[in-house]
Amino acid sequence: MVLKKTLIDAKNIVKTYITGTGEDCTFYALKGVSLQIEKGEFVAIMGASGSGKSTFMNIIGCLDKPTSGEYYLDGENIVGTRLDKLSEVRNSKLGFVFQGFNLISRTSALENVELPMIYKGIQPKERRERAMDALKIVGLTGKEHNMPNQLSGGQQQRVAIARAIANDAPVILADEPTGNLDTKTSYEVMDFFVNLNEKMGKTIVLVTHEEDIAKYCKRTVRFKDGNIVSDSLNTERTSKSREARI
Amino acid sequence: MIDFSSTFKMALVSLKVNKMRSILTSLGIIIGVSAVIIMLAVGQGASVKIQKDMASMGSNLLMVSSASVTSGGVRMGQGTRPSLTLKDAYAIKKNCPSVGFVAPYSSEAKQITYGNQNWSTSIAGTTKEYMKIRDWNINLGRNLTEEDISNMSKVAIIGNTVSNELFGDLDPIGRTIRIGGVPFKVVGLLESKGQSSMGQDQDDFVIIPITTGQKKVFGTSFPGTIRMINIKAKNADSVYKAEEEIAELLRLRHKIGKKQEDDFQVRNLTQMMETMKSAVKTMSLLLGSIASVSLLVGGIGIMNIMLVSVTERTKEIGIRMAIGAKSNDIRIQFLIESLLLSVIGGIIGLIVGVFGAKLIEFFGSMTVYISTFSIVLSLGFSGIIGVAFGYYPAYKASLLNPIDALRYE
Repeated sequence: MVLKKTLIDAKNIVKTYITGTGEDCTFYALKGVSLQIEKGEFVAIMGASGSGKSTFMNIIGCLDKPTSGEYYLDGENIVGTRLDKLSEVRNSKLGFVFQGFNLISRTSALENVELPMIYKGIQPKERRERAMDALKIVGLTGKEHNMPNQLSGGQQQRVAIARAIANDAPVILADEPTGNLDTKTSYEVMDFFVNLNEKMGKTIVLVTHEEDIAKYCKRTVRFKDGNIVSDSLNTERTSKSREARI
Repeated sequence: MIDFSSTFKMALVSLKVNKMRSILTSLGIIIGVSAVIIMLAVGQGASVKIQKDMASMGSNLLMVSSASVTSGGVRMGQGTRPSLTLKDAYAIKKNCPSVGFVAPYSSEAKQITYGNQNWSTSIAGTTKEYMKIRDWNINLGRNLTEEDISNMSKVAIIGNTVSNELFGDLDPIGRTIRIGGVPFKVVGLLESKGQSSMGQDQDDFVIIPITTGQKKVFGTSFPGTIRMINIKAKNADSVYKAEEEIAELLRLRHKIGKKQEDDFQVRNLTQMMETMKSAVKTMSLLLGSIASVSLLVGGIGIMNIMLVSVTERTKEIGIRMAIGAKSNDIRIQFLIESLLLSVIGGIIGLIVGVFGAKLIEFFGSMTVYISTFSIVLSLGFSGIIGVAFGYYPAYKASLLNPIDALRYE
């Protein structure tokens, strides 16, 4: 029997927001969501806005706490953990890629990639080498000292991907990573994600509302009104039509 | 744990991004620190100067002078009613046990000549004890003697300036000068004393026996009187006792009744100096605290800008937290930023302050004294301000919720 390692194990997650003072003013963003993601999976999370997918991503990204439910990340119980400990977990277990790139402005690509390692306390020399390697993986060698505003959208997103992998985090969480990019660039960026998943064995959870982006993933989870409505493996997966540059 | 040099570098980068804003923010501290440095330098300079003057004037001094004439309600000023005589001086010396040295003293500005040279200076008639009272020494030759006084010798002791003006490089001892036409033999040269607190050249001075002065040099409408009596108490503790003894003795000698006003005045110079010193101290404290207020205003400026900065960079803080910054890392980063603003401002302010103090010394001809204390105080103060006023913004930044911060546009 082959034991698959469950990296993300969310059980019965409920998240409510108090919108007013009355009894009916409790808004259920998540109504008891359970989801297991194993090592090496490439999951697309889809749903309309307000479906609870972003709230769920924030919770599995250790940025937000569920109102109730259990959540284990890489075997570690996350619910009830101190804030500083959560920072450590995010730093070492998770890599974030956001829709708006979220690079620190007026800070070079290299220094942006170094940032998670600074907070981990890795020595400057090793930090630099690893950041250079990460930038090489996303094909940005030669652009290390460019500021974010000197890079195109696609390049900025690749810097963000480099930052997400620089700290050797097993899980990459991408929140609409192609939302701000044109179709061609989106596909290029998705090729990088496919590569990270297949060649580096990263577990990737990606939020999107575009079907063609979701087709790059191996599994699609759909949210609606705070519940998971479907969870299926992709049969017609976009295999790498273009060989990604590595 | 995040290493210090990386935090430091990050803080420096953020300050460089808003160069103009950082400079303007530091300006408050620069002005504050330089003001504190200058005020303390001027204040301490004045107090150092007074101390030096006290030493050069001699210690435990009392000065007895005639009281003033009041004519139709108008008080005419000190010495307008000469009442003191040489005999008073001798009586004080003889009868007051707390008194150490007594020197009767009269002076007048006169022209003195030597060959074809002439010079106008202050001529003082006194006795040999004057040297003891002023803690003054004879550089060349001799002091006055008892015999000089009793014989009304025509001898003079001259100051350095007088010697230079009249004799140039020549040895003054033994030469004959004329004071108001009367020939005097130079028997001594005074040790140089430099300028007094009022900027007066203390070496531009000639001493002759008081008896000779009264008879041959000083013109007075009150013959036999002297301008004042300089007195040195035996020691610091006996100054006030001596003051009382002298007053009592003079009231007796001048036959002044219980309800009558004194026709003399006893002044305690040590007390005067102490009063001046404490006045200067109060003044410099006052100036220093006014300067500190500007330092405080500078600190508020730092707090203001740091609060703006935290709001502006909410998203950056969110990103940093998302990728693993602990709240402490964020707090330290912002604290270092405000500390850098204030300490760099403090160092520039120190340089400006020292330079400003030197300018005041040069153009305002004032003594300034920059003590290590004032440097440590102002730099330390600016550092404390950086931490104190930077803490709240940094604390606020560290409390941000990463989700809200990331969503902030």
